[in-house]
Amino acid sequence: MSALLSPSPETSKPSFGGLRGLVADWSSDQQAFQVSWGKAMMWIFLLSDTFVFSSFLIGYMTVRIATTAPWPNPSEVFALHVGGVEVPLLLIAIMTFVLITSSGTMAMAVNFAYRRDRMKTALLMLATAFLGAAFVGMQAFEWTKLIVEGVRPWGNPMGAAQFGSAFFMITGFHGLHVSAGVIYLLVVALRVLRGRYEKSGNYQIVEIAGLYWHFVDLVWVFIFALFYLW
Amino acid sequence: MTSHSGQQHPISLYLKIWGLLFVLSTLSYLVDYFQFQGYLRWSLIILFMLLKAGLIVAIFMHMAWERLSLVYAILVPPLCLLVLVILMAAEADYTFALRQMFFR
Repeated sequence: MSALLSPSPETSKPSFGGLRGLVADWSSDQQAFQVSWGKAMMWIFLLSDTFVFSSFLIGYMTVRIATTAPWPNPSEVFALHVGGVEVPLLLIAIMTFVLITSSGTMAMAVNFAYRRDRMKTALLMLATAFLGAAFVGMQAFEWTKLIVEGVRPWGNPMGAAQFGSAFFMITGFHGLHVSAGVIYLLVVALRVLRGRYEKSGNYQIVEIAGLYWHFVDLVWVFIFALFYLW
Repeated sequence: MTSHSGQQHPISLYLKIWGLLFVLSTLSYLVDYFQFQGYLRWSLIILFMLLKAGLIVAIFMHMAWERLSLVYAILVPPLCLLVLVILMAAEADYTFALRQMFFR
């Protein structure tokens, strides 16, 4: 009886890929995504987060196009004095490189996790978390600098009043994601180090945490291009 | 390939993508540093942005090796956002024109 109710493995998993595989996966009475529930849920969460971040960026774009007051020039606003010279966007460039580097260390951590190399996985994850914390630190510096210069969510001395609200909302929401990610990575790294996943041998949690971390980097790519370079 | 041993790729691949992301970031920084303006600036910024985003999603997030059902479920919905971008840009242009007329 149970043999009738549960289909055999051959029928439940079509062996063909490509477009035919797509149709078979969606139309069959089975899991649509042949990945673990944890990974599927992380992807769905990230998709929802994509919509939230996009709404912020589209709101910012709308406000920026519609305002008649001159928009502050980001390359001047975010310039730093180094050795008596004004270097445009220097801090933002450093922040970008730090975040990309953290993505690189995270990708390697995932690799070592699947090789069940606990020590290297944990160390690379801790390095990732450290770089993330450094990013948030630099963002705190950037916020402080702008607040001292008089930028507020309702106005600023450089131009269009909407600049402040767009800046604090977009970078603030991204910074919140980075901070949450640092905590997430620390928790997973400590669990890896303690050998929590040794018995099952399933280290996919590292890949799932990695998906979140790469997404944070991905969002920064768009913020960097649309907010700082526009 | 089950969930227990999934997504194993050589470290050298990650290092190459890492380097490539560095180069692309430097290039987009240089667009601002040399103060390119107009269509040249925009096409370069968008090009580098999409290349970086593509590399992160495809390689770092392993999208290139996922089944098509997951890939489409994740990548198709953002196209709706593109429609929203176009709608809001048109609307903002209209608001801008009105403000130019009445709030000078």
